[in-house]
Amino acid sequence: MGSTITEKILARAAGRDVVQAGEIIEAQVDLALANDITAPLAIAEFEKAGFTKVFDPARIALVPDHFTPNKDIKAAGQSKKVREFARRHGIVNYFEVGRVGIEHVLLPDLGLVAPGDVVIGADSHTCTYGGVAAFSTGMGSTDFAAAMAWGHVWLHVPQSIKFVYSGRLQPWVTGKDLILHTIGLIGVDGALYQAMEFTGDAVEGLSMDERFTMCNMAIEAGGKSGIVGFDEKTARYLSARPEGSRARLDGQVFKSDPDAEYARVIEIDAAAVPPTVSKPHLPSNTAAAADLADIKIDQVVIGSCTNGRLADLRQAASILRGKKVHPDVRVIILPGTQQVCLDAAADGTMQALIEAGCAFSTPTCGPCLGGHMGILAEGERAVSTTNRNFVGRMGHTGSEVYLASPYVAAASALAGHIATPEMIGAGGRS
Amino acid sequence: MTAETTQGGRGMVFEGTVHAYGRDVDTDVIIPARHLNTNDPAELASHCMQDIDEEFVRRVQPGDIMVALENFGCGSSREHAPVAIKHAGVSVVVAASFARIFYRNAINTGLPIVVCPQAAAEARTGDRLRVDLTAGTVENLTRGTTYGVEAFPPFMQELIDRGGLLPYVKSRLAAEAAS
Repeated sequence: MGSTITEKILARAAGRDVVQAGEIIEAQVDLALANDITAPLAIAEFEKAGFTKVFDPARIALVPDHFTPNKDIKAAGQSKKVREFARRHGIVNYFEVGRVGIEHVLLPDLGLVAPGDVVIGADSHTCTYGGVAAFSTGMGSTDFAAAMAWGHVWLHVPQSIKFVYSGRLQPWVTGKDLILHTIGLIGVDGALYQAMEFTGDAVEGLSMDERFTMCNMAIEAGGKSGIVGFDEKTARYLSARPEGSRARLDGQVFKSDPDAEYARVIEIDAAAVPPTVSKPHLPSNTAAAADLADIKIDQVVIGSCTNGRLADLRQAASILRGKKVHPDVRVIILPGTQQVCLDAAADGTMQALIEAGCAFSTPTCGPCLGGHMGILAEGERAVSTTNRNFVGRMGHTGSEVYLASPYVAAASALAGHIATPEMIGAGGRS
Repeated sequence: MTAETTQGGRGMVFEGTVHAYGRDVDTDVIIPARHLNTNDPAELASHCMQDIDEEFVRRVQPGDIMVALENFGCGSSREHAPVAIKHAGVSVVVAASFARIFYRNAINTGLPIVVCPQAAAEARTGDRLRVDLTAGTVENLTRGTTYGVEAFPPFMQELIDRGGLLPYVKSRLAAEAAS
């Protein structure tokens, strides 16, 4: 019996030849991360338990990205705790405002994750790093505190679901549409406790940015992790990371065996997936964007750990360039990192978005979780490229969030209601 | 952790009034993110369930039992969620199933949780429930029914018995240093 890529990575990290789904193992942690919401609680638990030393200051990342630049006095106090802890323990990967980005965009872009790594994070969207063929999963603050002290984590080896996406994508269909469609298909607990392995020619055809987007939302199907196998695109992405970074020097490539055991194999006709939207109040509540033209909107959010990469902003700009945002709509751009800002400035993406009437934010999680920088009032509706549309997620409990791709979000920003690029007469996919 | 906060410890019986919820209760409604600029348990508890049940914090009595259907605690990894529930006075959460991160967080923060789909489906707000962690049963005193619960895997029971993850890690590191 063969092994899945996830089982092989976990066997390596556990110092074993083979592990099987269902086993509980102790795995070595290659990177442990937390943010300004989850780290303060972890620091308090770490210190309360009497730990005085972290296992390796270079393998911990503290990323104050959620409520920064500090949204209020209490948030400033929480950020201060993280900053002081980072200084005290010489945490190498601590990022101050001005250098910080949204954690799941920033850390892989800095080359802190290599294929075959085990990454755990006190943030549910830590599953993003499967985009570079690593195993990564979200946990709570106490698990992060334990990993900081121990350098290991206990893990239940998950069963895997193999998703096979085949066929040529329709115009304006992205990795975001594929993952929303998938969550709609299996439900918000359809992959509970399981690894989601994304395969097939349609996934191979996706850019790295879109693969990160798919892995990022594995948690919205209840998944423990999402992963895409290593290929030439992965190799190209990794070789473009900063010189001397882990992504350039380390890592081990694993592949699922043909006879690996899966809990399920789900075949998806990717050519039949339309631009897709998740309606309130669950990511699984999906519909074709084209069927929702009667939904008028007040706000559009483009960015976040899900869709805040350069390719995402370029997709939005390709729709908005030379046009004006609908007068009743406010558009907020949440770039993933400062580098994304620089790249977007260099290639004209930022100018196109600003000239169209979008507000360009500093990198922050901000409104995605109803923190700051774009909170909704009662009765307001947003189309957002973020990852959750739960009750009250972006503001008032009487507000609504519709999840979509950057293309659909940008088209909706022009139309004033949910729209596809096709509906507003956009040309071919750029 | 003290015996009081250790879940699944021997001889733990909880009896209380039910607060029942549906499926897919996410951590954003358990504790909305706008209140995550603190990790003070009392403050977090004062906003518990606010976005789906404004009356909860006024109604809940110490020892009460929270009941929900499938996928309780889905979404964000915020450990503030089990902390808020516990400090609101809830003694134990009974659900048809738990989201993965919430399940770990509950064990790590000492919030007792029990997987029991039949009891979760049947219980209504206001029912009296008796949860016996040693016997592994959930008894609905209002309806006169008793159901068995899923046992924790042995490793998790060991974590619980040792007082939680951090004491476990501490003893592991001490043993490694000594050897």
